[in-house]
Amino acid sequence: MTVTEEPTLQPGYKQVGSRPIRPDGVEKVTGKARFGADLYLPGMLYGSVLRSPVAHAKIVSIDTTAAAQMPGVKAIVTGDDFPDLAASGGRPDQVFLSQNIIARDKVLYEGHVVAAVAAGSVKQAKAAADAIVVEYEAIDHVLTVDEAMADGAPLLHAGMITRGVDPAPEEPSNVANRIVHERGDLDKGFADADVVIEREYTTKPVHQGYIEPHAAVADVNLDGRASLWCSSQGHFSMRTLTASVLGWDASRLKVTPAEIGGGFGGKTTIYLEPLAVALSSKAGHPVKLVMNRDEVFKATGPASGTRIKVKMGVNNDGMLTAADIWMAFEAGAFPGSPVGAAGMTIIAPYDIPNFFVEGFDVVVNKPKVAAYRAPGAPMAAFAVESMVDELALAIDMDPVELRLKNAAIEGTQASYGPKFARIGFVETLEAIRDHDHYQAELGPNQGRGIASGFWFNAGMNSSATVHVNEDGNLTVLVGSPDIGGSRASMALMAAEVLGIGYERVNPIVADTEAVGFNDVTGGSRVTTATGAAVIQACETIKTDLLARAAKTWDVPIDEVEWVDGQAQHTKGSETPLSLAKLAAAWGRTGGPISATAALNSRGAGAGFSTQMCDVEVDPETGVVTVLRFTTAQDAGTAIHPSYVEGQMQGGVVQGIGWALNEEYVHNDDGTLANASFLDYRIPVASDLPMIDTVIVEVPNPAHPFGVRGVGETGIVPPLAAVANAVSAATGCRHLNLPMSPIVVLEAINQRNEKG
Amino acid sequence: MSRTHLTCTINGDEVEFLTEADTSLLNALRDDVGLTGVKEGCGTGDCGACSIMLDGQLTNSCLVFAPEAQNADITTVEGLAESDVLHPLQQTFLEGAALQCGICTPGFLVAAKALLDNNPSPTETEVRYALAGNLCRCTGYDKIVRSVLDAAAAMNGASS
Amino acid sequence: MNYLAPTSVEEATSLLAEQPGAVVFAGATDVIPQIRAGRPQPDTMVDLKKIDRLVGVAGNDQGWTIGAATPTARLTGNDELTAEFPGLSEAAGLIGSDQIQSRSSLGGNLCNASPAADSVPAMIVNGMRAVIASADGTRTIPVADVVTGPGSTSLADGEFIVEFELDRAPANTADAYLRIIPRTEMDIAIVGAGARITLDEAGNCAAATIALGAVAPTAVRVTDAEAALTGKPINDETLAAVVAAASAACNPIDDKRGTIAYRRQVAGVLAKRAVKAAAERAAATNGSNNGKSSNSPDLSNGAQ
Repeated sequence: MTVTEEPTLQPGYKQVGSRPIRPDGVEKVTGKARFGADLYLPGMLYGSVLRSPVAHAKIVSIDTTAAAQMPGVKAIVTGDDFPDLAASGGRPDQVFLSQNIIARDKVLYEGHVVAAVAAGSVKQAKAAADAIVVEYEAIDHVLTVDEAMADGAPLLHAGMITRGVDPAPEEPSNVANRIVHERGDLDKGFADADVVIEREYTTKPVHQGYIEPHAAVADVNLDGRASLWCSSQGHFSMRTLTASVLGWDASRLKVTPAEIGGGFGGKTTIYLEPLAVALSSKAGHPVKLVMNRDEVFKATGPASGTRIKVKMGVNNDGMLTAADIWMAFEAGAFPGSPVGAAGMTIIAPYDIPNFFVEGFDVVVNKPKVAAYRAPGAPMAAFAVESMVDELALAIDMDPVELRLKNAAIEGTQASYGPKFARIGFVETLEAIRDHDHYQAELGPNQGRGIASGFWFNAGMNSSATVHVNEDGNLTVLVGSPDIGGSRASMALMAAEVLGIGYERVNPIVADTEAVGFNDVTGGSRVTTATGAAVIQACETIKTDLLARAAKTWDVPIDEVEWVDGQAQHTKGSETPLSLAKLAAAWGRTGGPISATAALNSRGAGAGFSTQMCDVEVDPETGVVTVLRFTTAQDAGTAIHPSYVEGQMQGGVVQGIGWALNEEYVHNDDGTLANASFLDYRIPVASDLPMIDTVIVEVPNPAHPFGVRGVGETGIVPPLAAVANAVSAATGCRHLNLPMSPIVVLEAINQRNEKG
Repeated sequence: MSRTHLTCTINGDEVEFLTEADTSLLNALRDDVGLTGVKEGCGTGDCGACSIMLDGQLTNSCLVFAPEAQNADITTVEGLAESDVLHPLQQTFLEGAALQCGICTPGFLVAAKALLDNNPSPTETEVRYALAGNLCRCTGYDKIVRSVLDAAAAMNGASS
Repeated sequence: MNYLAPTSVEEATSLLAEQPGAVVFAGATDVIPQIRAGRPQPDTMVDLKKIDRLVGVAGNDQGWTIGAATPTARLTGNDELTAEFPGLSEAAGLIGSDQIQSRSSLGGNLCNASPAADSVPAMIVNGMRAVIASADGTRTIPVADVVTGPGSTSLADGEFIVEFELDRAPANTADAYLRIIPRTEMDIAIVGAGARITLDEAGNCAAATIALGAVAPTAVRVTDAEAALTGKPINDETLAAVVAAASAACNPIDDKRGTIAYRRQVAGVLAKRAVKAAAERAAATNGSNNGKSSNSPDLSNGAQ
């Protein structure tokens, strides 16, 4: 039986809110869990990818003859082996994706795939890939939004006309799209202000930094059906996208999810999968393709570098009166930066009556950006939260108080359109204001920064199937890869609904043939939407169990209720029937017990976070030390508090890295200078203090357990929290990230020169 | 092309395998011995996901040529539990939610055990510096550090 | 690729003489990443770690002998060596994570010849010597004469370093090594500074050696800074001269880790801090260098 409506709120919990050990935990601490590169099949070949060494060039010719003769080589593919989706009327996003998977006429960034080889070993495949002769005709490249938008800039895509501009430009450019949000009267708003500040902010491209490189194993049968094993944030998406690039029907491909070693948005799309399938198809053997770290940095999907101009006004009472914002986001080689989401989130925490927000999606000769945890929002918040910090200083108001005065609440019309339902932004501000940390004394060369952030969180499509086994234990099949402990949360919710022990629920992430469609594990949506599907399926089972008990006792169903995992007759004294007993008798009451729920969840609740950071800056070297960090985030209801805390802490630390030391460094020739963890510097354990968490719970009225997604909001405030702290510690306002020691010392030098 | 024959002790068992002389010990363990608990996060010694104990020393297996393992004594994450009893670190990592995606966990467990074997009562700072060679992107290290301290307390017989 | 593991110096030198394409290695912490990054893979790799003479730390009245392939963890773990030469021990201990420390060696760190090598300034200020073997025998040269430029050494084909000699420190002497990195671990030094100070009975500087790393193609002795201190008290005035001399002695580049301006400025800061730390330690040795010096300042990441 399948139900498509969303369930309603339930009061009081017995399991939800506890901290049991996750079901996949023992495998992961014993090294048994299998991630993307951990599958080995009989007769498996190994792949190697040939990538462009240059940032922008025409491909004049590709000669694979020598490579094909080399030892162990079984298959080689180039762009010619894939359908031309532009010619067959594919949508622009499908065309661009297929061109990113493997280059056709042009290479658009260093690392762009040109060919791939399958051979008996990685060494053989790489030797053969190196023997492929490619002739390139170099074209000038652009690396920043400034270069790409300049007059006379070389074009990445001939004929690209900016969308969102009316009338449409006559000439093509590197600007793919323009978005606008506006309200009220900007001139009046600035006229009403007592203080107006204008600033320009920049951020550099950063990478999600997941420790597991991409990996895929493909096995194409002679009958044309194919299996794909890969770690991803959504095997249904991997199936859809891979099939689209290959020109296949999606159901021809079975995708089995491996455990995933981190994604943060970067594994919601495909890179190796179509190559592996195409090679396996040609070779007649399974093919494994694994990226090395160099390839991950050069050729997956980092987050946009940005330039953001902000002009904001505030009156002496602390009311924000106007905001004028211009943004340009690097999309990388193909359109699709998150400038749209940035435009929606940038002032969403505040109720500002007059604003104009304009954003541009700009292509540059770098890898196509992909989602990175609240895509677009961290950069946007860096700009506005830094500005709010300056405005607070200018009118001598406490920074939390200024935010409280302007905070969006239930009923506020969000800057991006809809009215907010019940939200917890104010509660996160109060949690920070009332925390010990807020009053703690600071020493010399130390500073404190506050910042807030917002993310919509998503609902979207999820399916779940629940079976009662003959022993009365549950199997819960979901289609959402578990990147943060969601299996545990699914089990808790199922256990809660059916009143049984958590250990009696076995949650599994099933392949594309075993469970219905699921959108990606991303958008902070799994606990919300997949959880809703699990809850609904369990509610359906509960109703079914009541009917079977009623039939067994031959009583009306409204005299049966489900209490503590058992059916009880409210008007009689029959021995209650447990799940196990009902399962044992299912042959007499209608057959095996199972239910599926498939829904498109509209129940997502917006998430807010307010954070506080203390730093110390060495005034002679510019080195920044994070001394203390506190984050308050509204989780709605924390199903498994340890995993909610984990999401909060992980997002904060990624934000600290983004603020201090992470950046893509390019050479003048457009090649990447720091494609390794040595020089792409993510925080290490000794860089950090404990990250103190305050879980705020303002339940989301649209979810049965009040859940709000928590995965993303946590990365939105820390860039500004750290920047505001460094600015306070040094007396220098930092407008550009990252704040490396070189940048910080230069600012201190300039301040010292001014006296 | 001929392969090199190697014999060594892995997790207490004598193991023989064939590999190529220029293969890293990391790849040999995974592809030739079948122990996939060691992970390649970078291949250049910058992330620690491939950490093993090699002759009693904490080492990145990606930076060891496989032939160096001849007659060596190797411990991987698969060797931490005693038959069906988890090592205290494995237990506290589970209880303390010190893993989210779990890819870095084998490396952290081996490194944390090396720390506690040498320094049974480390301070928080000592734990952080000892584990600086292990990158984690999911947790922000907070729960990992707490779990290591909890394991140290448990192993020292203190109540935790 | 062939892997060979000689068990004596003579066996190794014969091998190298017979196979000109052979490359020696100890911990492989530089050579493996370099091969991954495109350095041509040598036909033969010669593992030096099975030669007993190259692995070990031995001290006597004259001084210390440190095997060139000794993992640096064994240096930092040697309490007596660390007490007498805290700067050298610090420097060796900063070459990477604990995982790297079980493999990295002074010989590897020196012969990889990165301008930013952490152990080199500390070895230079302590006047260490490298004993080099070849099929013709051994020769001994100052460590400062080994590196000739980024990635290149004065060693001829077929030569390798067997061990390092380090004379016992005179009384009232101590060393220090500091570096600046953006994080707290795992980074290559943007600037490194080693200093060794000997104090006289009045507490003035009797002798000073100062060397900078990562600010020139090779490590740089800052003789002007040494002269500014020798025979003088260590005070704001002489330290200011040290700062100026250190900045002037730099010949840095702009690269992905730092700028010319940053390196020049911070070289001065670190030289000053290293001198102060070494002087504080020298004062605390109470005239002898055979015991632990107490209250040795913690110099993690260039702290004051």
